Amino acid sequence: MIAIVDYRAGNLTSVLRAVRHLGHEAEITDDPQKIRAAERVIFPGVGAAGETMSNLRKLALDSVLRDDVFRAGKPLLGICIGVQVIFERSEENDAQCLGLLPGEVRRFPARTGLKVPQIGWNSVRQARPHPIMRGVPDRAEFYFVNSYYPAPARLEMVFGLTEYGREFASVVASENLVATQFHLEKSGPVGLRMLDNFCRWNGKPC
Amino acid sequence: MLTKRLIPCLDVRDGKVTKGVKFRGNVDIGDPVEFARMYYEEGADELVFYDITASNERRGIMIEVVRAVAEAIYIPFSVGGGLRTLEDMRAVLLAGAEKVSVDSGAVRNPEIISQGARAFGSQCIVLSMQVQRAPVTEKIPSGWEICIDGGRTRTGLDALEWARRGEGLGAGELCVNSIDQDGTRAGYDIPLTRAMAESVGIPVIASGGGGSAQHVYDVCTDGKADAAILASIIHRREMTIPDLKKELAGMGLPMRMNW
Repeated sequence: MIAIVDYRAGNLTSVLRAVRHLGHEAEITDDPQKIRAAERVIFPGVGAAGETMSNLRKLALDSVLRDDVFRAGKPLLGICIGVQVIFERSEENDAQCLGLLPGEVRRFPARTGLKVPQIGWNSVRQARPHPIMRGVPDRAEFYFVNSYYPAPARLEMVFGLTEYGREFASVVASENLVATQFHLEKSGPVGLRMLDNFCRWNGKPC
Repeated sequence: MLTKRLIPCLDVRDGKVTKGVKFRGNVDIGDPVEFARMYYEEGADELVFYDITASNERRGIMIEVVRAVAEAIYIPFSVGGGLRTLEDMRAVLLAGAEKVSVDSGAVRNPEIISQGARAFGSQCIVLSMQVQRAPVTEKIPSGWEICIDGGRTRTGLDALEWARRGEGLGAGELCVNSIDQDGTRAGYDIPLTRAMAESVGIPVIASGGGGSAQHVYDVCTDGKADAAILASIIHRREMTIPDLKKELAGMGLPMRMNW
């Protein structure tokens, strides 16, 4: 069973629909017991960092994600806001985040010609191989909607890079955690391929 | 690099796809889920469904269409037409649409834009507008006027002012439909699209008049559009999305080519 974390935001049903379409069992839940018992966990979504973190704390899911999922070695996938709250802090609402990985989340600079948020399909250059990118062509395009981008403190955590005004980390991974800034569930067949890879991944980096 | 989006638009009436010329004389031409699946497989970057069902009682059919489409395709799609309240928006988003588009309803009640943006996020709210050329007056300094009700009613609103207001209220994207060009396949309205793109900081989707790769190229370069709506030319299979993408990529326009 795959647990899709319900933190009262975002469009969780589109992730559920995609995972089930791929033939995997999944459930949207905010129940710590179910999340602890799940084989793997997806933290999807659309939302603001501040509100996401305060909902996670209210539901007591911040410690569950940190201790019972990430530190327990369970495969964990973050999508969109899910790649942002794994860092220490975000410029969005100046939010303190989960701190699973060292680094922070920054806003795209306001300047002429650069529309914020970024909305649309952008390519991902594969900086280093990862099991969840197996079978995905290098520089394939994925669907992005974001005003902020992850800035990991360590280069070895960067697996995918995307250009939007500047180059930023669009796929981040460390140990049993992998996270994408783009929406796998809305990125057509290549997105589904990555989602399926995650649903079969043993949580080992290589 | 962010690519330019090709977006098939499906006008849906009573659960069937139609496409008329200049908003009149619509003829039924197909099943929306079949069209959606075909365009998804051909590499469409997004889809738009525009519900032109007249009677409110039959609106439920559209929710069923949205649900079936969401099971069939895994790219973003938006739904517009007749959305007047937050509950209307919530229903289509819960059924699986990524975005909602508001048009005449937003002209009558601009607050729907800010309410929608607060409830679901700006990225969910597309402000769609029907624009027609008008004599330049004090009220309409740009010479482009907003029309409503499928283009039948003029509002006296200046299109560029309305676009800026919509952005201020929280719209995440603009879809600019030129009534003068709609269904003509003579090319998008380049001056209108460009004026819009230069008036706002959110993405602009050009609509109305697309009949060739050159038209798409022109509106995405000279017209500064981020995306282009396609309708009759692809519904009638005179060109396909892969043909258009190959030609546009060859012309140097950034296109999504892997799917």
